[in-house]
Formats: sequence, C-alpha cells, structure tokens
Amino acid sequence: MANRQLAPDTPELRARWSSFAWTKENKAKADKFIASYPEGRAKSATMPLLDLAQRQVGAETDTQGWLPLPVIEYVAAYIDVPVIRVLEVATFYFMYNLVPVGKFHVQVCGTTPCMLRGSDDIIAACKKRGMEKGKVSEDGLWTLTEVECMGNCATAPMVQINDGNYEDLTVERLDAVLDALAAGEQPKEGTQEPGRHTSEPSGGPTTLKEMVDANHDYRKEW
Amino acid sequence: MLADKDRIFTNLYGFQDWGLKAAKKRGDWDKTKNLIAMGNDAIIDEMKASGLRGRGGAGFPTGLKWSFMPKESKDGRPSFLVINADESEPGSCKDREIIRHDPHKLIEGALVAGFAMRARAAYIYIRGEYIREAEVLQKAIDEAYAAGLIGNNACKSGYDFDVFMHRGAGAYICGEETAMIESLEGKKGQPRLKPPFPAGAGLYGCPTTVNNVESIAVVPTILRRGASWFSSFGAEGNHGTKLFQISGHVEKPCVVEEEMSISFRELIETHCGGIRGGWDNLLAVIPGGSSVPLVPAKDIIDCPMDFDGLKGVGSGLGTAAVIVMDKSTDIVRAISRISYFYKHESCGQCTPCREGTGWMWRMMERLRTGDAAIEEIDMLQQVTKQVEGHTICALGDAAAWPIQGLIKHFRPELERRIHEHNAQFAEAAE
Repeated sequence: MANRQLAPDTPELRARWSSFAWTKENKAKADKFIASYPEGRAKSATMPLLDLAQRQVGAETDTQGWLPLPVIEYVAAYIDVPVIRVLEVATFYFMYNLVPVGKFHVQVCGTTPCMLRGSDDIIAACKKRGMEKGKVSEDGLWTLTEVECMGNCATAPMVQINDGNYEDLTVERLDAVLDALAAGEQPKEGTQEPGRHTSEPSGGPTTLKEMVDANHDYRKEW
Repeated sequence: MLADKDRIFTNLYGFQDWGLKAAKKRGDWDKTKNLIAMGNDAIIDEMKASGLRGRGGAGFPTGLKWSFMPKESKDGRPSFLVINADESEPGSCKDREIIRHDPHKLIEGALVAGFAMRARAAYIYIRGEYIREAEVLQKAIDEAYAAGLIGNNACKSGYDFDVFMHRGAGAYICGEETAMIESLEGKKGQPRLKPPFPAGAGLYGCPTTVNNVESIAVVPTILRRGASWFSSFGAEGNHGTKLFQISGHVEKPCVVEEEMSISFRELIETHCGGIRGGWDNLLAVIPGGSSVPLVPAKDIIDCPMDFDGLKGVGSGLGTAAVIVMDKSTDIVRAISRISYFYKHESCGQCTPCREGTGWMWRMMERLRTGDAAIEEIDMLQQVTKQVEGHTICALGDAAAWPIQGLIKHFRPELERRIHEHNAQFAEAAE
C-alpha cells in the first residue's frame, strides 16, 4: 500500500479553508458531474468532485492543488455523504494530494519500462536541480514524486508535470522542459524527440505510411 | 506482416485528426444503424464466431461474456456496460492511443456492444493520469451526442443509449473489474468477492459487463468485415489482430497493430529495428505486462505471440505489453522494481497481499545486493506460493508470478550475488 498521510488539522488550516466553496464555474461543472450518474447516486461523483476541488485549491494557491480537510468536508456535504466515506476515497487514490505541492508537480515514472530506458538519470537530474521527493522547493515551484507506470512505455522515459506529459526524455530534454516552465513558458507536450510524432517507431512509421500526409480511407482496398 | 488495409486502428499514431468528421472519412459511424439492425443475438453470435478474446489480459471470449447478460429485466433493473480504460499495467500503452487518436471507434463500439448486451448506458472508466486523453474522449462523446449518434434514438435505430466518462485518480487496482465498479460507485477501489458476478449484480447492483477498450473498439470493424475476416488472422483459438506495445531495450520502441501469433523475432525485426546490440545481446522478455513471468531469450525468440504460444513457455500474452531486456539489465532490480509496484498498488484488503507484497519487495531488495542466505531463495519462492491464489483478486498472483519467473530462470544469478556479497564479508572477518 502507498504511504499516505493527511496534513495536520490545525486552527490555521481551518481558518484558511473553512470558507471554501465552489466558484460559479466549478459549481456548474460539479452539478454536471453529479447528473452523469443515476438519480440518487450522487456518491458516484465523489472522485470527480475531489479532483475539481483540488484544481480549485490549485487555482487559488497557484500550485497543482491539494485537499485540505475542510475542503474534503465541503465535498462530502455537497453530495450528502459522510465525511469518512469521502476521506477514505481521498486517501486511497494517489492523485489526490493530501499535503501542499509546488506550482509544478514533477511526477517521474520509475517503473521497470521507464527504468530500462533511463529514468534513474531523470530522477537524478531533478534532484540535481534541488527538487526533493515529497517536498516543495524553496521557491515554491517544484515538488518531485516518483510515480508508478503512467502508460507511456513506448515513449519512455517520461514525466508528467501537472496536466502534461513529456516523453522520450534525456537529461538535456528534461532540463529544457523545466527551464521553459520556470520561465513561464508552455513547452510542447508529448514526445521530446525531434521528428517523432507519437508512439510510432522513431524515424517514421513501418505501417500506415499513407496516413502520415492524408486521411487515407482503406475501405476501398477491403 | 499485416497489410495496412487489414488494420483496424488506422489513425493509431494520430497523424490525422481524431474528430468526428475525419473519423467518418476513415469509415467510423458508417451505417451503424444497420449493425444494430442485425439484432442482439446475431451480433453476439458474430462476435463468438470471430474468436475475439478479451484484450485486457485474461483473454476470456468476448462474445461469450456478453451472452451472460440477462435477455430481459424481470425486476426493472437496467443493465450497464463498463469500459475498462484504466490502463495501468506496466508496459501497457495501447488504450491510450485508441482513446486519443481513434476515440470514435470506442464510442461506436460502446453503442453496438451495449445494444447487443441490452445495456442502458456505458461508463468509460479512464485512468486519472490520462488527462489529455480524457479531454479528447469527452469532446468525442460530446460530438457524438450532438450528431445524434448516441443518446435517445441513437443513430436513428430506435435504441436509447448513453455514454459517460468517469475519471480514476491513480489506483492500479481499479483495473480489476469489481474494484472498478466500487470506484464508479464513489468508493475505495477494493475488489468484491465473487459470486455474485457482475453479470448478475454489478454496478449499482445491476447486471454489468466490464470490457477492455480494445475489445470494444474492434467490434464495429469486425461486424462490418465479418467474423471470418477477423478469424483469418492468428492461430486456432487466438484469432484476430492485436495492438502490441514494445518497450525497453529495442532500437525503436513503438505501439503497432499486428496479426496475432506473429513470432517475437518478426515483431521486433519488422517494427522495432531489432534488439539493442543485436540478438545475441537479448537477455529476457516480459511478454505481456509486468504481471506475467519473464521468458529467457532462447525460449522467446521464435515463440508465437499469442495466448497459447506464450502459455507454452510458462508466461502469458496479458495485454501484449512486451518489455524487452538486454544483457546490460540488472535483472534482479528490474523484477524488484515490479515488486515495489505491487507493494505500492496493493489495496490492503487481503492480508496475504497487503503484507506479502511488502515482504516480497524487501526480500527482493536484499537479493538484489546479495545480502541474503541461499535458503532464503526457497523461502521467497514459498511465500509467493502462499500469496498466490489466496486473495480476493488477482493482484496477489500478479505480484507472485514475476518473482517465480525470476527464480525459475535466474536462480544461478541470485546465488552468485549472495556468494559474492558473503565472500566480501568473510574476507573482512579474516
């Protein structure tokens, strides 16, 4: 099991977050999520609402966001579910941050397929830049986490930073991405290998070559 | 090599637009009404005849699975189709390509499969980390609704069918079908005891079938081209085309659709530019995602890549996630990292798995450095046997098998490390 701990429930935490409520925009989103489950099954919306809440906290704090206890309580009240049921969901799933994170949550995949392609170097490069696992860097920009397989194995090694994946990394390519983010730019997501499009063999696909330049319809050849 | 005209996922690499207009030009949503007009049972029979086996790892015949769903609701409960897009098995990265580059194949498949099994709606459970992929999928669903392809009177067929997307939040275990159902109900993803099976009581206590993304996305093409077309590929009992995902020490890792039963050598030579450092440099292969046992080089090279062929070499096809390791690999560490993965992902419900995965990982870490006694190899083997088969779901088995494969094929390497480590200390003592 993953090691997960809540941030301490302090008066300061209460003071900062007990007034949390959806923004107008997020309220509409929350209600739409609830409507996608059958009548009386609002509990099913626990996960999308926790994600939404984390994103709203992120927007308020200029980070990826996290889930302070009062926010978890707010979500529970919103769908009329006991707090403990929502709390156990928040602590079970790894993508809910239970403590504050930096502006950029650098999640390096370290599972075997990425390890074989050099994720050790990627983690070392992050540490060399001053990132520490599970900590927020002094400038508030970075939090490093080693995550389990992210499903980008054919373009390994990779890192997910907030919502974007950066694949086919080398230390140089990683540094370029991190430098760009630190400078407030938005680097291109996906593979960082020049000339590669997505998960085709690098150097060009071995199959479906007609698809590269045109939306080919193969039905004529059936 | 499979001819391009026989590939189902023609926009696999996303060179072209995923949107509805472009997808229609490639043949998606083409007279879907006629597919539905075949009738529920005719569709299921055609799927049975095609020989399609579930693409999520277990390889259960898809048509047969659908036939377990009730033909009529005696008590008013609706039926549901749940599509498993929680692709988290280390090595697997195929569903991601379907979702972000060919999402309409999946949505059309959801409608046709959902109709065949008399489902009221489909929930697509996509793993939380697939953030951009979920954005694409939601837009594709919205497009399909706007065009009247799903929703009330879907494709003017007279059938009402809804498709919803549900995002996970980072738990491998939710790929297990009953854990996925728990998660959809807004709970921790802890697997349920079976029976009751989902086809009897699944999501919200209603009859439910859980299918993998690839199993569903191939359905419309199979129905259009006929069961005999699909079953013309692959060896007996292993029919069809399949997305292979090759990672690790090949020259060019990639995802590619190929004929089932293609040999490992041909797969690697044709699409991956060979093994890094040549065929003599190949050490071992994990052919079906992290939970299947590894296969040493000599056994895999000419092995057919299908369910039965890989079973014959003591492993399995799983999701066809082929992890290739050359001779530079620290094989003990590679497997130990997989043990860590299972320790991290155990849901904590069953004691043998919760305690066993951590124990096995710590033991593997000691074997990695050789800080162990020779007898402990057998003790580890014994513990894996005590975890395997003694848990509610297969995660315990999945944690045990990679270690069993390592001990079976690389025992001399484990012993060498122990001797080397202990000799070091014997010298120091003298």
